[in-house]
Amino acid sequence: MAAPAHSAPHQGRTHHHPNYLMIFWWLAILTVLEIGVIFMPMPKMTINILLGAFALAKAFLVAAYFMHLRFEVRTLGLIAVTPLAIATLLIFVILPDSFAIIKQTEKKKPEPAAAAPAHR
Amino acid sequence: MSQVATMHPAVEPAESPLTPESWGKLGMWVFLIGDAVGFGVLLAAYGAARATSADWPVPYDVLGINLTAAMTFLLICSSVTMVKALEWLGKGDRQRCQIFLFLTALGGAIFVSCQAYEWGHLIHRGLHINGNPWGASLFGTTFFLITGFHGLHVTAGVIYLLTMIRVVARRLDPAASYNAVEITGLYWHFVDLVWIMVFTLMYLL
Repeated sequence: MAAPAHSAPHQGRTHHHPNYLMIFWWLAILTVLEIGVIFMPMPKMTINILLGAFALAKAFLVAAYFMHLRFEVRTLGLIAVTPLAIATLLIFVILPDSFAIIKQTEKKKPEPAAAAPAHR
Repeated sequence: MSQVATMHPAVEPAESPLTPESWGKLGMWVFLIGDAVGFGVLLAAYGAARATSADWPVPYDVLGINLTAAMTFLLICSSVTMVKALEWLGKGDRQRCQIFLFLTALGGAIFVSCQAYEWGHLIHRGLHINGNPWGASLFGTTFFLITGFHGLHVTAGVIYLLTMIRVVARRLDPAASYNAVEITGLYWHFVDLVWIMVFTLMYLL
C-alpha cells in the first residue's frame, strides 16, 4: 500500500520508513468502520465476520508497517504470525468442550410446554 | 564438555541472521511472541467462556464504546508519534526524537488514566471481578483480567519510553541510540496491536 518513502542510515544498515500518515488514516478509517458496523441492520454473523476482518486488517497494518515486518527477513514475519496460529488452534481445541457444555446446559433447562401441566 | 566447546565456538556470530541490526531486536521479538501467546490464550479462554454462557451480556451495551473508541484512537496516534520519533532519530535530530517519544508516553499515560476512569465507573455501576447485575459472572472476571493485563503493559511501556528519552539525551551520537529506540517502538506497537484485538473482541463483538 505505502511505498518506502526514504531510508534512514543506521550504522551501515538502511531502514525503510513508509508513509506513516497514510497508515494512520487507514487505521482511523477502519476503526470508524468497526464502530459503524455494529449499528448496521445486518445479521449478527455478518457483523462478526466484518469485525474480525477489520481487526485483522488493522493488526496487519500495525505489524507490517509500524513494526516494519514488511521490510524484515521473511522468516521473522513467519515466526511472528505463529501466536495467531496457536490462538486459532486453541479455539478449535476448546470448541468440542464448549459444544458439550452448551448441550448439557440445554438438557438441564425444563421444557416450558411439558413443565406447565405438572404444576396444575 | 569438550564436545560442546567444539560445537559452539567461543566467538559468537557477529549478527543475528533474523535481525541483522542487533541481537537485542531479536530478543524483543522473542519476548513479544511469547507475550502474544499469553494474550492469545487469554482471548481464546474469553471466547470459550462466552460461547458456553447462556446469559453473557452484550458488551457494548454494558461497557459503552465512546470512551474506548477514543482510547483506541489515542493508541493509534501514539503509534504514529513513536514511528516519527524513530524517523527523526534516523535523520540525526535527537531533540525532535525526544519530543515525539514524550508525546508517545503522554498518549500512553492518558490511555491508562482513561482506563482507570472506566474501571472506576464500571465498578460503581456494579461490575465486579466475581459478579455483575447483567448476567454471567465471568463477564467481569475476563474483562478485568484482560484489560488489566493490557493496562499493565501500557504502564510498563510509558516507563520504558520515559527511560528512552533519557537514553537519547545522554548519547550524543544519534546512531548510538537508534537501535534501542527501534526496539522500544516494537514493544509499543505490540501494545497497540493487542488493544486492537481486545477492543474488537471484548467491546464490539
